[in-house]
Amino acid sequence: MRRNAGFSTARVAAVFFKELVQMRRDRLTFAIMIGMPVMQLILFGYAINTDPRHLPTIIERREDGPITRSLIAGLEASSYFDFVGAVDSAEAADAALKSGEASFVITIPEGFEERLVRSERPQLLISADASDPVSAAGPVGALSEIAARALRPHFEGALAPLAARPPPFEVIVHRLYNPTGKTAFNIVPGLLGVILTMTMVMITSIALTRETERGTMETLLSTPLQPIEIMIGKTTPYVLVGVFQTTLVLAAAALLFGIPFRGSLIAFVTGTTVFIAANLMLGYLISTIVRTQMQAMQMTFFVFLPSLLLSGFMFPFAAMPSWAQTIGDMLPLTHFLRIVRAVILKGANLAEIGEDLMMLLVILGVFTTAALLRFRRTID
Amino acid sequence: MTAPLVIDVEGLTKIYGGRRVVDDVTLKVPKGSIYGFIGPNGSGKTTTIRMVCGLLKPDHGRGTCLGYDVLRQSAQIKARVGYMTQKFSLYADLSIRENLEVIARLYQLDRRKARIDDALEYLGLAAREKQLAGNLSGGWKQRLALAACMIHEPELLLLDEPTAGVDPKARRDFWDQIRRFAKSGVTTLVSTHYMDEAVQCDSIAFISFGRKLIDAPTVDIPEQVGLAVQCVTGPDLAAIGDALEGARGVAFIARFGAELHVCGEAAGDLASAIRSLPPALQARSTPIPAGLEEAFIHLMAGSTDNFE
Repeated sequence: MRRNAGFSTARVAAVFFKELVQMRRDRLTFAIMIGMPVMQLILFGYAINTDPRHLPTIIERREDGPITRSLIAGLEASSYFDFVGAVDSAEAADAALKSGEASFVITIPEGFEERLVRSERPQLLISADASDPVSAAGPVGALSEIAARALRPHFEGALAPLAARPPPFEVIVHRLYNPTGKTAFNIVPGLLGVILTMTMVMITSIALTRETERGTMETLLSTPLQPIEIMIGKTTPYVLVGVFQTTLVLAAAALLFGIPFRGSLIAFVTGTTVFIAANLMLGYLISTIVRTQMQAMQMTFFVFLPSLLLSGFMFPFAAMPSWAQTIGDMLPLTHFLRIVRAVILKGANLAEIGEDLMMLLVILGVFTTAALLRFRRTID
Repeated sequence: MTAPLVIDVEGLTKIYGGRRVVDDVTLKVPKGSIYGFIGPNGSGKTTTIRMVCGLLKPDHGRGTCLGYDVLRQSAQIKARVGYMTQKFSLYADLSIRENLEVIARLYQLDRRKARIDDALEYLGLAAREKQLAGNLSGGWKQRLALAACMIHEPELLLLDEPTAGVDPKARRDFWDQIRRFAKSGVTTLVSTHYMDEAVQCDSIAFISFGRKLIDAPTVDIPEQVGLAVQCVTGPDLAAIGDALEGARGVAFIARFGAELHVCGEAAGDLASAIRSLPPALQARSTPIPAGLEEAFIHLMAGSTDNFE
């Protein structure tokens, strides 16, 4: 007699392969699943550029020696600064900043070279236009390194000790904003979480609601298929999609944005897998609540918006009020962002992401239980 | 006739939002029979069928299907029943063969390819096996749906208005199939509201507003309903109809081509109503035995809508 009771991998496989064929045939959805990461990468990675270059800069120099000339040449070569003029007074510099003629004024004080040679760590002053704090972050942060590099050729012979770190001068920054501005380094890894949330939740909730809406769920339920088998069979194909999207974003991070992958690959894979599963279950849960694909779409956006705003992707998590942080803590994206930034940028390993990984597992457990409880074995 | 009962359910009741969509329905379907399940739209046919095969949990009632408890053993029932839904419910974006492949895998059938080949051949679908199900016409979709619910060789077929939207030729072919299945011992419960299909069934259960009104062998139904019918002809049928409408002893009038079937519960009252027609109408009448259709119209007229 046929085996019908209990869990059956053969039945799961039946649903799995059916879903793959359907996915391949639904060209538009398939294109969106692949196109979305590409589009978001371009938008967030390139169009929304928080690390702008070629910003108009005015030089205020009180000195004109070989070292100063090298310094200016080095700054210009860095591509951060485009020198649009020179002034010789602080008043003129302020006026240029105020009028928007320049985004930066770099001041090389009197006696800079002489004090540099005497190892007195002279000051190099950079005044940044504070009205656009984000665009100033990159150049300001880079200034010290650029200057040190530009001066290195001079540190020979008797000046060789100056080549040692820290640089033989001090960069003084005049600006009015929080120095931890975002860069592509911060956004691209976070973008992975946003893309996965978006596609995983939406595609799963829609794929399942479609079965209900087209009546095919009735066919599935009239066979010996069990809810857990439908759940696994329906969601596994989208795990593959998630893995593909992850690879795509990681490749873009490395090749297009030059973001090094510093941490443990195991930590990354573990965190990503749990995160994808949590999102799939959320999509599954949504599909048990809504009746139509349209509602599934709306519900997806309903949960997507807080994910975007409260997870720390767009705004700093620590700056949010505690009630918003509480909501943020319940969102998988919040924990995934911490994991992925810690692993990729800060070089974290599995143990160091343990807390967020635990939270993700808890969220996954809650979603799965709720989805299975709500799933209708019968069609009423 | 003492064939074992394949469906044996009592007092099935389903309540949605306080409404008794199915109210105390009892069904006893013997093995190998073709059992018609007749009733107007929204009368509870689909809900009853879903309760029988374990897709819906009845709020009251109990019974067995193929010897398994409809309340607790739906997994066993599902494995042995072929259920064809009213609306086409296979995958429009899969081909005919792929659809059957999915269903065959879900039932974990052995010799999948051979079974699918057989089913395609048997139902004349072989030449179209690569066509997407969504592109098929109504008749072909119906054949595919039948193939899908037969692939695991079920002992019981539950067909929910299988011929809705299908042309007469395809309907006749379909019924030939059902007869062949019945001959090989498969039991069929089929819901319909076509009278020409109702007469194909061995027995009929008539359900209206969730209640079963009659349940008997098809040939016995008109007699059980107890209806007198006069076949009336004349040059101006519309005028005759108007004159008889609402007359004492006339329950309802049904027009069949160039005849009016005037029906009433008491033969005497009906005859006198027709006798008292104005001679100018030149009406001629003969008593005829009641047909299934008149019987059902009468049953429906007499049933009350418990939703109001």
